[in-house]
Amino acid sequence: MGYSPTAITGWRVDVGEYRVNRLFVTLTVLMSTAFAGSASAAGPEAWQLGLQPPATPTAVMINDFHNVLLWIITLITIFVLGLLIYVSVRFRESRNPTPSKTTHNTTVEILWTVIPIFILVGIAIPSMKLLYFADKVEDADMTLKVVGHQWYWEYQYPDHGNFTFDANMIQEDELKKGQKRLMDTDNPVVLPVGKKIRLLFASVDVIHNWSMSSFGVKVDTTPGRLNETWVQIDRAGTYYGFCSELCGVNHAFMPIMVKAVPPAEFDAWVTKAQKEFARVDEPEAPAGQPAAVTVKVAARNLSK
Amino acid sequence: MAEGTAAHAHDDHTPTGWRRFVYSTNHKDIGTMYLAFSVIAGLIGGAFSVYMRMELMDPGVQFMTDADGNPDGHQWNMFITAHGLIMVFFVVMPAVIGGFGNWIVPLMIGAPDMAFPRMNNISFWLLVPAFLLLLGSAVLGGGAGTGWTMYPPLSNTGYGHDGAAVDMAIFSLHLAGASSILGAVNFITTIFNMRAPGMTLHKMPLFVWATLVTAFLLLLSLPVLGGAITMLLTDRNFGTAFFRPEGGGEPVLFQHLFWFFGHPEVYIMILPGFGIVSHIISTFSKKPVFGYLGMAYAMVAIGVIGFVVWAHHMYTIGFDVDVRAYFTLATMVIAVPTGVKIFSWIATMWGGSIRFDTPMLWAVGFIFLFTVGGVTGVVLSNAGVDLVLHDTYYVVAHFHYVLSLGAVFTIFAGIYYWLGKMCGRQYPEWAGKFHFWTTFIGVNITFFPQHFSGLAGMPRRYIDYADALHGWNYVSSIGAYISFASTLFFVCMLIYTLRAGRLVGDNYWGEGATTLEWTVSSPPPFHSFDELPQVK
Repeated sequence: MGYSPTAITGWRVDVGEYRVNRLFVTLTVLMSTAFAGSASAAGPEAWQLGLQPPATPTAVMINDFHNVLLWIITLITIFVLGLLIYVSVRFRESRNPTPSKTTHNTTVEILWTVIPIFILVGIAIPSMKLLYFADKVEDADMTLKVVGHQWYWEYQYPDHGNFTFDANMIQEDELKKGQKRLMDTDNPVVLPVGKKIRLLFASVDVIHNWSMSSFGVKVDTTPGRLNETWVQIDRAGTYYGFCSELCGVNHAFMPIMVKAVPPAEFDAWVTKAQKEFARVDEPEAPAGQPAAVTVKVAARNLSK
Repeated sequence: MAEGTAAHAHDDHTPTGWRRFVYSTNHKDIGTMYLAFSVIAGLIGGAFSVYMRMELMDPGVQFMTDADGNPDGHQWNMFITAHGLIMVFFVVMPAVIGGFGNWIVPLMIGAPDMAFPRMNNISFWLLVPAFLLLLGSAVLGGGAGTGWTMYPPLSNTGYGHDGAAVDMAIFSLHLAGASSILGAVNFITTIFNMRAPGMTLHKMPLFVWATLVTAFLLLLSLPVLGGAITMLLTDRNFGTAFFRPEGGGEPVLFQHLFWFFGHPEVYIMILPGFGIVSHIISTFSKKPVFGYLGMAYAMVAIGVIGFVVWAHHMYTIGFDVDVRAYFTLATMVIAVPTGVKIFSWIATMWGGSIRFDTPMLWAVGFIFLFTVGGVTGVVLSNAGVDLVLHDTYYVVAHFHYVLSLGAVFTIFAGIYYWLGKMCGRQYPEWAGKFHFWTTFIGVNITFFPQHFSGLAGMPRRYIDYADALHGWNYVSSIGAYISFASTLFFVCMLIYTLRAGRLVGDNYWGEGATTLEWTVSSPPPFHSFDELPQVK
């Protein structure tokens, strides 16, 4: 990817200045920033410490749960570090020349077995609630089908006339102003805000993974399988995600771009999209149409 | 040493020159070869990681480009694959099992050698062609860019891996697996049958316990990997469809088989280190290990539970939610025996008279860094949280904290602890401490920021990343350079020590070192024990 030397240098200088200011800030508010994230972003931000700001009920639960976990693991780590420092100072050779010969203490041995069990039970309960909440939705308002390809995403809208389109990453030399390198696609997935959306996942070649951090969605698209989850996007905006299962040469170059819009705007877009894009079940449909895929796979088998 | 060897030479037909090593049936010489092999492979695998960090230092693709200057994603994938496989199969495993296991286990249990000395020889020499095949798979036949996990369909033919590279990687793992299985059989037999009179299982040093559990994990898990990659091989070459959906196969089946091996594998890499650290903490605190039985059975428990948690590597494949619930809960259970070990090490230090020689620095550094890697493991065990963290740099940070900073720290701790015993010469103390601190700082600068990149959503196995992710990647690369420079310093120091280090006696660590290897000379004679030691 032709990142010209000047562009890199310019960018670096930018970051350099940013770094000094930001590093100071981040050090002082490390924990709180890590917990809260920033409210405006829809993808990763420079020097980000925590999770992306959540945009779905699932992601909200994940962030909340992760914040609790972060407190627990930080306290445990500090506790262990504190103990290590204490014994290293208190019982060093110069201060404690005669070692004790204690090798057992039933009470502490029971305590350090039982207390972690209680902590883990405390973690497991909200963990299970989150897991079952995030899984599936019974009464979805609409369905979006995601199909992984080497190396782009295909989207199908079965409840809106079954139209389909591909989303390819915008190459670096074709980026327009304001578009993000390795993040923007030519056709964003448009979804309505506030609706329960069932997501179905499939693949026509290798395993990919449709991962949207701010939605709390990360599902493999596996050939021969149909996976399912759901989202309900809380607010309008553009959200970014990445393919998260190694899928070959251009694994890093098949981003996900989702535009969440109010339902009325979504309906208008659907009307336009129905004219613009082909139907999944049209015989001359573009690549990705199921019948065509079968032919492709069969041809590959013959050629071996 | 010279006297010891010479005195025995006539009677025992001690081979010399290249025959001593190539034909070797001596556990100490074979152990030395394993360690040397591991250091060489480690430098290659480490150089790969430095090249990868160079590429990731800045956004855009600067180094891994094709002839036209376009990003060469396949080159990147080939590097991550080779780095992972080299570090797991040719650095950590040879060092902790083949190296320290061979060298120390017979000494610790008072055995004259391993149970099957010739099998021990073939175990090592299978590893050399395995390594050559692996290096070949990186450059010949198109290069294997599948990741060390080799998931089909990507690793099957038809999706960019039609050449011989993946087949070579499969054969490499066949040989490395056979090598490890033979080694495991050898260790189990040796430990069960050749302990000195009086050494019951419950008097066995913890490193021997660790090796015993590890050997069982190898014996039970590696055949499953062998089966999986053989099925992949026939899928690729003989028209079977075990993992081909178009032929009724199931790609996810491979993941089950792979991780049924892969999860025990991570304990294979860390359990011997647990044993090493126990001895070092005890030696330098001048105290016996706290809660010996708890420590031994914690390792057994970790080994057993390690076999029933494999699918936590596969939370995103589309499991039923109940399956994910089970694997979440089962995975969390591992934190309990691991916690017992951490606290028992600290309790061993408690009340001790602690000296901070280099091995102790590595051991204490290990306890802390392994704790950091352990608690992020508890976070990742939650299938719900995995919805944002799976396959991100958070996972990369987690497993490098437990392996690169965990297992590798125990390897360095073991080298500093036993180097004098192995070669009769001691490293310069300042150099050991310098190596420790530069590595400690370097690896933390490398891997701690990767938690942030992962939380921000940076996926692993990416040749290039969104511009916003630059900052922490830049820092991480700096850390990698420091770590690798520190490793080169270690190699120089090792060469100096072998040639000109200070000569040491039988037990150079003093009263805290109580296991049997400290009763023989440094280095031990070609045949360690003239008569079997008695254990009271």
